[in-house]
Amino acid sequence: MKSKRLNKLGKIDRDKTLNFTWDNKKLSGFEGDSLASALLANNIGIVGRSFKYHRPRGIFSSGVEESGALVTIGSKNRRDPNVRATTQELFDGLKASGQNAFPNVNFDLGGINNYIGRFFAAGFYYKTFMGIPPFEWGKGTTIWMLFEKLIRKAAGMGSASRLPDPDSYEHAHDFCDVIVVGSGPSGVAAAIEAAEKKLDVILVEQDSLVGGNQLSENDFSTSKIFNQLKSLGIKVMTRTTAFGLYDNCVVGLLERVTDHLSIPDSTLPRQRFWTIRAKHIIVGSGALERHIAFNNNDIPGVMTVNASKHYLNRYGVLTGEDIVIATNNDSVYETANELSEAGANVTVLDSRTNIEIDSNKNFEIRKGFIPYNINGTKKIDSLDISKSENINKVDTINCDQVLLSGGWSPAVHLLSHRGVKPKWDPENACFIPSDTKENITMIGSSRGLWNKDDCIASGVAGATDALNRLGVSKTNYFFPKPGGWQNPIKPLYEVKYKKSRSKSFVDYQHDVTADDVRLAHREGFISVEHLKRYTTLGMANDQGKMGNIIGLSLMADLLNKEIPEIGTTVFRPPYTPVPIGALTGRNVGKHFRPLRVTPMHQWNIDHGAKMIEVGLYQRPWYYPKKNETLSDSYIREATFVRKTVGICDVTSLGKIAVQGPDATEFLNRIYSNAFAKLQVGKARYGIMLRDDGIVMDDGTSWRLSENEYFMTTSTAAAAKVMAWLEELLQTRWTDLKVNVTSVSEQWAGAAVAGPKSREVLNNCVEDPSLISNENFPFMGVISTFLKGKIPCRIARISFSGELAFEVYIKSDFANTMMDLLWENAQKYDGCLYGLEALGALRVEKGHVTGAELDGRVTIDDAGLGKMASIKKSYIGSAMRKRGVLSADNRETLVGFFPTDLKETFNAGTIVCEKNNVKGQGIGRITSVTHSPELGHWIGIGFVEGGLDKWKNTTLVGADPVRNKQMNLKVVSPHMIDPKGERMYA
Amino acid sequence: MIRINCPYCGERDHSEFSYGGDASIKYPSLEASEKEWTEAIFFRKNIRGFQLETWHHSNGCRMWLEVERSTVTHEIKSVRPCHPDLQKVVENNK
Ligand SMILES: [Zn+2]
Repeated sequence: MKSKRLNKLGKIDRDKTLNFTWDNKKLSGFEGDSLASALLANNIGIVGRSFKYHRPRGIFSSGVEESGALVTIGSKNRRDPNVRATTQELFDGLKASGQNAFPNVNFDLGGINNYIGRFFAAGFYYKTFMGIPPFEWGKGTTIWMLFEKLIRKAAGMGSASRLPDPDSYEHAHDFCDVIVVGSGPSGVAAAIEAAEKKLDVILVEQDSLVGGNQLSENDFSTSKIFNQLKSLGIKVMTRTTAFGLYDNCVVGLLERVTDHLSIPDSTLPRQRFWTIRAKHIIVGSGALERHIAFNNNDIPGVMTVNASKHYLNRYGVLTGEDIVIATNNDSVYETANELSEAGANVTVLDSRTNIEIDSNKNFEIRKGFIPYNINGTKKIDSLDISKSENINKVDTINCDQVLLSGGWSPAVHLLSHRGVKPKWDPENACFIPSDTKENITMIGSSRGLWNKDDCIASGVAGATDALNRLGVSKTNYFFPKPGGWQNPIKPLYEVKYKKSRSKSFVDYQHDVTADDVRLAHREGFISVEHLKRYTTLGMANDQGKMGNIIGLSLMADLLNKEIPEIGTTVFRPPYTPVPIGALTGRNVGKHFRPLRVTPMHQWNIDHGAKMIEVGLYQRPWYYPKKNETLSDSYIREATFVRKTVGICDVTSLGKIAVQGPDATEFLNRIYSNAFAKLQVGKARYGIMLRDDGIVMDDGTSWRLSENEYFMTTSTAAAAKVMAWLEELLQTRWTDLKVNVTSVSEQWAGAAVAGPKSREVLNNCVEDPSLISNENFPFMGVISTFLKGKIPCRIARISFSGELAFEVYIKSDFANTMMDLLWENAQKYDGCLYGLEALGALRVEKGHVTGAELDGRVTIDDAGLGKMASIKKSYIGSAMRKRGVLSADNRETLVGFFPTDLKETFNAGTIVCEKNNVKGQGIGRITSVTHSPELGHWIGIGFVEGGLDKWKNTTLVGADPVRNKQMNLKVVSPHMIDPKGERMYA
Repeated sequence: MIRINCPYCGERDHSEFSYGGDASIKYPSLEASEKEWTEAIFFRKNIRGFQLETWHHSNGCRMWLEVERSTVTHEIKSVRPCHPDLQKVVENNK
């Protein structure tokens, strides 16, 4: 191929030279060039190596269907692999390099694969690695794992940067009446018609310029159209791809904001991911020209005819000197004229014989001829040709370029995303869109219209369709019929090579040949979907935009069927690749998910807390003193709680205000234990079950007055419980007069726990008499004032097993409360304690949390069955004893000690019988801690049959992850103060 | 993307809502037998076409909604509050 820049033609700015590098070679182009046009202007023919065979590949197209010129752009943390050179705009300083080649695309050691190609035929990986002889002994996976790394490296295209992405991405949203996809003649006509009828219109164009395929016309002015669209108030979005259509007229767009800039504006995102909610979608996404399968149809210098026209008229680049155009349709003749006028020596092979063509006859037309074989390896030396009837080489033409047109495929992809199957149009040898009930209208050549006038008429008709459906008008309209060429197309998909070992490519990017399709057929893969997966036809990142129809026609031929009978594969979003960064948007790093902090977050940190994430919440984990480890710290904290007093932030618990005349009845139905007789000024621990009898959550409810309760839930289940209560009240028990309100954010809470907790509170409240044991018994609730007349709620409840209180205050006063509690706790040698110590204290008491209540556990399993009321019915009461849930050998809650008290264990340890350490064992340890009180490690968990069955038997704890085993003793989960004397003190 | 026309908030993306379940189920009374509850909880029709389902406007007004949605096309035929009193309010405001 001998391509070069002309001194005329093109919509480039020849006054603005842009310097760039290709494989470290310094080259230049002009403003307005694509990377592909700049490479062609510099006569660069080989731009990549193919996927399997490492064959040299050139530029096949001028657009998104490109399957040869996939290159890597940028370097270091901005290295972007698999970029289509045809759609990458050139900018000053651009660094591009070839892929899938070592050391480079001109001389690639991987090229050896071309000669051992039979090992890479369709299904090679399946056969070798999925247990086909002789590798059957490896059962596939072992072998696969051995070879995977090698194969992935050999077969991979570009490689992504391993460094963090320095760019930012944005999610954006918009609404409109009508969104028009594509700015070709039909799209522009539709947008103008709709805007003139006062609709709010967005026009989307994937290119940097509006015009669609008109950009390949010599006299087309893009700015004129752009200005007209703008003057009508149309929102024109260029460099923006509509990659997918979704339910309810939602369109996904990818806008490339800075990909074309030398120095990206740091205030702009690199790309925007748009969600557009439209009332109607008009798709004028155009059509894609197909190639023809014949031997060596992939040698650099092969290109579609329309691409060559683009390079000539848009970029002023003539792509060859001696050009052969092979066609089966009329669309090539304007290009042939222009190429010969631009100085090329052009020959047209038209597979048809009975045709009439108007042309200036500056080139030769050989009717009834087709391409047969290309001679050459890294460039085209000559083309062997055949007659269309009776295929065999009859002549050879010396040339440096072969342009192909095997017909055109309307881009029906977006409609296909909605599950609408296209229908086959035999007259035009292509799939055209079917009708849909949704508000989507296809126009232009994506409808199978080949003439500009028809396209414009279809645009107006499409807009009228939208106006009618939106109720704005009731106007008759009609769409022109598909087609529009002077002479009918004559199907030509493959020219069969007479010799064996042909390389006649159907899918360039995945190196799928016509022989691969035939092999798949021989081996029984005759469904289109199976064919696709077995050969990987159409599964590369071009998604078979050029080759799919050829593959279908080959299979139809083999099955003696017509193409529509074997169907088409379903196109799925995205139309072109969408970077993960754009999908992620701003949800990276600290913004990956919301961060929840308690109102005393800073107070905790100022007082030395190390924080830990619990769900979305940041909670104090431990408060280390100088040089203390986590373990030192939590053991000290837990010891002090049992000895003196500790203060802990418990704000993250869910809090719900339950109010209304039927509040008591409501709680009585949702909790498994009795609530009907709970007095005002008292709290009760309650367990909620699900409909199916499994435990949902536990917490406390405080009766503040006749009709008002304050409910707490676990941190993790707060949102779930709230939604559940709302569901019950709005869908099931609609007669109950109850209102539930989440007040989790409104109240800050602290636990004051330990033998000195009453003394501490005495010093903190306005009226200490309220805190006395007589006035404030266990499970009592008071509403009173902290010093400084700050209203608060206090309940005497205990998670640690010590005398303890929970104090709640309006969130604004959280720091005041903490200051007050802490100042007084210090007087009694108290401490601040975090989640780790809280966990240690509750495990010592055998209190369950989310680790135990994992959605499989019944109230009996958790050892709390006695709490469940037998006098009333409640959610889950009918189901909690059903079948398997009341089996004798249920895993029930127990405590574990290591037999050797110096031993430690981890949560997740599997509990097994001695001499039978295997599988899932007979139980599991769910929570562990070092017990400061007992002086050794303890755990709680579940074992089949429970304490009674195993209390005198030594069991084995297996921890295969850590390759560890220890002997276990099963004990009561209530390991400290089982009678609860401390709580009542 | 499914769009649900919340009677209180207007048309919103489904990402604002949480799917509930089958809205056609009549849950038995709490006193009902294990068998009746088993029927209500575990036995579900797998409908091809329009089905009644509940959605919770969890990132909106917190209303539970009864939605008639096609399992084939995602088309939504009707949306109304689950609570009969709220249904009346919506009707009266039409
Ligand atoms: Zn709402």
